[in-house]
Amino acid sequence: MTDTDLGTAAATFDGTHSGLAGRLGDSVARPDGVPKAQGSYQFSGDLTADGFLWGATLRSPHPYARIVRIDVSGAWKIDGVAAVITAEDVPGKATYGLISQDQPVFASDIVRFHGEPVAAVAADHPETCRRALAAIVVEYEVLTPLTDPEQAVDGSFPPIHPDGNIVRHQRIIRGDQSIEGPIIVEGTYEMGRQDQAFLGLEAALAIPAPGGAGVELYVATQWLHEDRKQIAACLGMPEDNVRLVLGGVGGAFGAREDISLQVHTCMLALRTGRPVKIQYDRAESFHGHVHRHPCTVWMRHHAGTDGRIRRIEARFLFDGGAYASTSSAVLINGITHTQGPYQCENATVHGWAVRTNNLPSGAMRGFGVVQAAFAHEGQMDKLAAAVGVDPVEIRLRNAMQRGDRLITGQVVDNVAPVARLIRETAALPLPTQPVGGTDHDPMRLPGGAGRTADERHIVRGIGWGVGIKNLMYSEAFDDFSTARVRLADGVASVKFATVEVGQGFITIVGQIARTVLGVGEVVLETIDTQIGSAGSTSASRQTWMSGGAVDGACRLVRERLFELVAAKYQLAAVQLEIDGTDVVDTLGTLRIPVAEATAGILIEETFEHHHVPTEDLDEDGQGNCHTAFAFVAHRAVVDVDPELGLVKVVQIATAQDVGRALNPLSVVGQIEGGIAQGVGLAVMEELLQVNGIVKNATFTDYLLPTFLDMPDVVISLVEEPDPHAPMGAKGVGEPPTVSSTPAVVAAIRDALGKDLHRVPVRPSDICF
Amino acid sequence: MSEIYQLHVNGESRDVLDASPGESLLYVLRERLGLMGSKGACEQGECGSCSVMLDEQLVCGCLVLAAGAVGQRIVTIEGIAPVGAPSDVQQAFVDAGAVQCGFCTPGLIMATHSLLERSPSPSEMEIREELSGNVCRCTGYGRIIDAVQRVAVARRGVS
Repeated sequence: MTDTDLGTAAATFDGTHSGLAGRLGDSVARPDGVPKAQGSYQFSGDLTADGFLWGATLRSPHPYARIVRIDVSGAWKIDGVAAVITAEDVPGKATYGLISQDQPVFASDIVRFHGEPVAAVAADHPETCRRALAAIVVEYEVLTPLTDPEQAVDGSFPPIHPDGNIVRHQRIIRGDQSIEGPIIVEGTYEMGRQDQAFLGLEAALAIPAPGGAGVELYVATQWLHEDRKQIAACLGMPEDNVRLVLGGVGGAFGAREDISLQVHTCMLALRTGRPVKIQYDRAESFHGHVHRHPCTVWMRHHAGTDGRIRRIEARFLFDGGAYASTSSAVLINGITHTQGPYQCENATVHGWAVRTNNLPSGAMRGFGVVQAAFAHEGQMDKLAAAVGVDPVEIRLRNAMQRGDRLITGQVVDNVAPVARLIRETAALPLPTQPVGGTDHDPMRLPGGAGRTADERHIVRGIGWGVGIKNLMYSEAFDDFSTARVRLADGVASVKFATVEVGQGFITIVGQIARTVLGVGEVVLETIDTQIGSAGSTSASRQTWMSGGAVDGACRLVRERLFELVAAKYQLAAVQLEIDGTDVVDTLGTLRIPVAEATAGILIEETFEHHHVPTEDLDEDGQGNCHTAFAFVAHRAVVDVDPELGLVKVVQIATAQDVGRALNPLSVVGQIEGGIAQGVGLAVMEELLQVNGIVKNATFTDYLLPTFLDMPDVVISLVEEPDPHAPMGAKGVGEPPTVSSTPAVVAAIRDALGKDLHRVPVRPSDICF
Repeated sequence: MSEIYQLHVNGESRDVLDASPGESLLYVLRERLGLMGSKGACEQGECGSCSVMLDEQLVCGCLVLAAGAVGQRIVTIEGIAPVGAPSDVQQAFVDAGAVQCGFCTPGLIMATHSLLERSPSPSEMEIREELSGNVCRCTGYGRIIDAVQRVAVARRGVS
């Protein structure tokens, strides 16, 4: 349901296509699409090796406990068990972590969250593994867990980790701190714990080198080189002895940015001298990866009587769970997006990311900005009500433009079409169907197949959410990407370590090569660590960063091709260009196919793409800490049953600032998929913990949006190429999750005339 | 304890050796018969990734005991079309952008073939209801609905 003309996605990526289709701007189909649709594509969980063993992990049943004793002897008595390992067996560094290495490979003295790994086994069958884990005796002295993040901030709970209970505190102080009112609106906004819930469960296959000198790991991850660095340190091996190969990735959404089973799998393979495969089940997956941070945000907006924001006060508290992961970066993302896509000169913000005995929190699509957006959009609606204008008008009056400053002092030097996004979204058609539809199909009502709602009692609401999202990494981190392109006989081969998780990077690689080099066939080489890092597939960064690297390498190859052709035909290289699949002289004297021009020659170039440098924040939260920004607007229409507390999201309309849609079909897929996760967070998705114990680690109890839950999505792609972006294209993956959630909640508030300040919105929030 | 039995899979009789009787059909298809196209994502019948046909009924392979499927005709994603020669549904999923990470795709292909066999011209609501047992985390479903509708239209054009 989009009004975007997707064209025809006719080209299949089989190497035979040589026309103009399949270039940048076309809706090219995925090169791995047919194997995926036929079930022949190998995901990491599908990999096997001759004589491989299964591995499995023993996890803590307690959120906080002292390990008194571990007795693994029972496991060794079971036929088929080949290895049993604990913390004592870690050959290198005992801990790992993306930013600070504070998480043990196996807990040795203290367990700090429900499900923390304590031991692992390798055996001939998953059932043997299960029995072996059951035979390991771990005696715990159970401790009272720290589960309230406020107790971490106020210091009332003794440190649960040697690094202390506060992962990071940062303030932002900008402008005139004395500004008050005249209009003041205030609110506290809470977000529950969302799980990425990718479908392709964690899985890896480790193959030891003869003699145990090294290991090869096939794994579904988001960042091969970072994994390798952490794995090698824990294995006590040089990085060169650890090779990572990307196993097919069944979705990621942030949950594969941290190490989960990587070190365990390698240790078991090295210990047994045999290939070892670990495959989590769904319950283990919920325990085994990081989640979106639960967060409480308080905001107070001071505005003029015209509704223009004068100052914002805010306090963020991110529950980082037991280990640091990326909490310090999530915190900075959250607080630096306090103002949303609105002008604001003065601010007072305090943010904490803290340690608790809850599940570790880390990256998930939107990365701290989702929490900020839920708060600032709630505030904008309160502001609109306070000054007596509608939600669209208040946002237009405050809309950020290119050249405006964030509350960090950073100038937003990207295309920033905020007002246009709001207007284009407002112009998209509203649902034509009344509540329940003209056919009165109860499936259209809140509750759907339960057929519980009475059509006459349903109320409809409309709500808005507008968002800003930083792209790429921040705070002085140089997250470069590398690509190598070889051109020979009209065929381009491209090598990179960029992780494909389903987002479609491998599709645009072919489009870039065909556009820049005029080739028909593009070969994608194995994605592994046998080339420089590509950085992580996260932060909406791979089209910009790795796309930039592929584009840069192609351009270097093209320069050399032009030099060769120019020399051969006694022309000036600067006069040559690619026209379709030909090399042509702009003076019209030469036209030869690229395949002919490259016959018998090999040109190879490697290019590293780096974005503009960024800075650390100073103690007052000032500095150019971010790389670039993208913007988005969402309008939600919901039907609500006020008596049963049920919600049906009817439609999401969105206009998104994409820079340039390199593959419109792929962009639409990112937008619809991101909105699905935003809708899920708004009305159903929450991983529950009670006193640190996880209560719903299954797909029966952790609810995901199905076909029947997803609304129609109406999309307008706003294409204003960004001058800083390679090819003009902004990252598109995260903005859809940033402000779709607040739009849905605003629509529910609108339907009920009731303040709602927590997501997911539960039936009890609506009824009581 | 182990058993030897035969399963009728994709038109062939396949021996299952050394199996524990508690193994699910999904496990046996994947780990004993090497048919990796059926995926496991929840192992409790919630996500549909393991959808296969059992005597023309769409079932979750994770909920069926393999030994209980003896004597029934099993069709998996590998039995839909030869590798490299996708079915109309498979090709439509690719062309319509209904595939992202692809983990849910084989199950959805099975469910779509089943739906269109029973209902050649499904309404959008019928598509949503029929496929609601298959969870996709990447696409938000819009392009999948488009793919199903494309096949329905194309098949009407042919007949």
